[in-house]
Amino acid sequence: MNNNKNWIDQRFPLTKVWNEHLAEYYTPRNFNFWYFFGSLAMLVLVIQIVTGIFLTMHFKPDAIHAFASVEYIMRDVNWGWLIRYLHSTGASAFFVVIYLHIHRSLLYGSYKTPRELIWILGMVLYIALMAEAFMGYVLPWGQMSYWGAQVIISLFGSVPIFGPDILTFILGDYAVGDPVLNRFFSLHVIALPLILVILVFLHIVALHTVGSNNPDGIEIKKIKNKEGIPKDGVPFHPYYSVKDIVGVVVFLMIFSAVVFFAPAMNGYFLESSNFIEANPLQTPNHIAPLWYLTPFYSILRAIPPMFGSQFPGVVGMFASLLILIALPWLDRSKVKSIRYRSWPYKIALGIFVISFIILGYLGMQPVTPINALLARVFTFTYFGFFILMPWFTSIGKTKSLPIRVTE
Amino acid sequence: MKNKVYILLIAVVILIFSFNASASDNEIHLDQANTDINDKKSLRRGAKLFMNYCSGCHSIQFMRYNRIGKDLNIADAEIEKHFILGNEKIGETITSAMSVTDANQWFGISPDLSLVSRSKGVDWIYSYLHGFYKDNSRIFGVNNHILKNVSMPDVLWKLKQDKSNKKFDQDIRDITNFLDYVGEPAKLVRFNLGIKVLGFLLILFIFSYLLKIEYWKDIKYGKWRAKH
Repeated sequence: MNNNKNWIDQRFPLTKVWNEHLAEYYTPRNFNFWYFFGSLAMLVLVIQIVTGIFLTMHFKPDAIHAFASVEYIMRDVNWGWLIRYLHSTGASAFFVVIYLHIHRSLLYGSYKTPRELIWILGMVLYIALMAEAFMGYVLPWGQMSYWGAQVIISLFGSVPIFGPDILTFILGDYAVGDPVLNRFFSLHVIALPLILVILVFLHIVALHTVGSNNPDGIEIKKIKNKEGIPKDGVPFHPYYSVKDIVGVVVFLMIFSAVVFFAPAMNGYFLESSNFIEANPLQTPNHIAPLWYLTPFYSILRAIPPMFGSQFPGVVGMFASLLILIALPWLDRSKVKSIRYRSWPYKIALGIFVISFIILGYLGMQPVTPINALLARVFTFTYFGFFILMPWFTSIGKTKSLPIRVTE
Repeated sequence: MKNKVYILLIAVVILIFSFNASASDNEIHLDQANTDINDKKSLRRGAKLFMNYCSGCHSIQFMRYNRIGKDLNIADAEIEKHFILGNEKIGETITSAMSVTDANQWFGISPDLSLVSRSKGVDWIYSYLHGFYKDNSRIFGVNNHILKNVSMPDVLWKLKQDKSNKKFDQDIRDITNFLDYVGEPAKLVRFNLGIKVLGFLLILFIFSYLLKIEYWKDIKYGKWRAKH
């Protein structure tokens, strides 16, 4: 055994990698509930890749056969229904986990110095994940797949001057059809998963370079013992690996409950109108993306057209995503964690979270005058969180930080 | 305080999202179908009714004859005798006897019903089948409360006439139940499998939790030391 290990170590840094990233990666000892979601996101990524491989074996990326091939998977492929439900539930679970993971970052200031790069990589990951999910949703070629694609792709047509050409370039045609399905399939199964995996790798390498933040938002590396090990650090393996296993099991229980008992989740995970095959001649009364994209869809709809162009809404939607990247530089607070922040930040974060949830809800609803007004109000509060951040993070009295992490 | 904020937030989110995502689509009042997919007898009756009254015009193109036999415990011989009306093979999917050209001439489109329970829901099917009423302005003399001016005739009128209200209601419930099964054959197995999976995970949870407690005792009592 040891000989084998030496043999490999002379040729590949196996023990070194194991130690640096697991056995001797010192993690703050005071992680709480919010710290499960990073490892869970990795788990869901693996679920999506593995189930995706099997779905790809049976799915036909062809406008004529796609819808039927999904039903073929649901009925004639052994365990096909389970693989498909794991994949469709996995898509929503990915966003549940990611949203909680991002919320953790906002709570404890994990994006602040020295972790800006981790945050940027995470935000790029998030945007790539949205593209991945959107393209995957188009593949079953149901009514919502088709018309969702139609709405989102047409956004690119609103770009001034170049719009129509960009649109034709994306479509490979003059309307959503077989070429779109084929290229989305290619992007969904190869290009974006590859990008996601590489970004996850970089996200973790960056994290392990600076070390994890913790609920107190203080750097454990400042206080080390004689051996140079942080006094408040514990090796990731076995302590956090056994703890994360508990998180994984609890997550799988909730996940399985959805997969087996409510895979459509009342229309939130699988929309009922997507069980009707795509029909280019029949526009559904109400087109909405799946729940994880609706906050941004709401922002898109909230911004009125200007000079007869939808372009401002499109700019607003992309700005609402890109502004997240600037967060580490907008936050002027001296402390990281909400435990020691001044009250203005606590209130602002609360308003931001509520705005995001309400925008998400409004994005699923048809536009009515009252909904449109609410969407505008909460679009303002959404952007207000970022624009006013330099101000509200520098006022108010912060609490004094402890020297060691608290229990 | 902090926990209360989150509990309140979660409660609000659940409240908002507990409304069906597509609720805004159908403002028509639907009656509860109250079907039970585990009632094999009802499914078998539904299958027979479907074959006799519906399959003349409606296909269930994603369903195979012998799959119904296997799932509902009907022998192949019986399927061939009672279910296959043309000369299809038992492993084939269930297409309708009516050609598309004929359908277009007579009614317009008669939709495939493989996924109607998933796109419309069982309550819709149940209410629709109950929804026919006399209307002489329509070509077949009937109209429907749920789907206004539908071109489908009231094919179940003979059953309605011959049977008691209760028995007729049961017939409609059986057809609805069968279509629910047709929409998702996996529904017959996924509940039971889900309970087993959750049982396994529960046991795994107990052991993984004990393992975590055991390891973390080191940290609680300060027993953990760096290796070097």
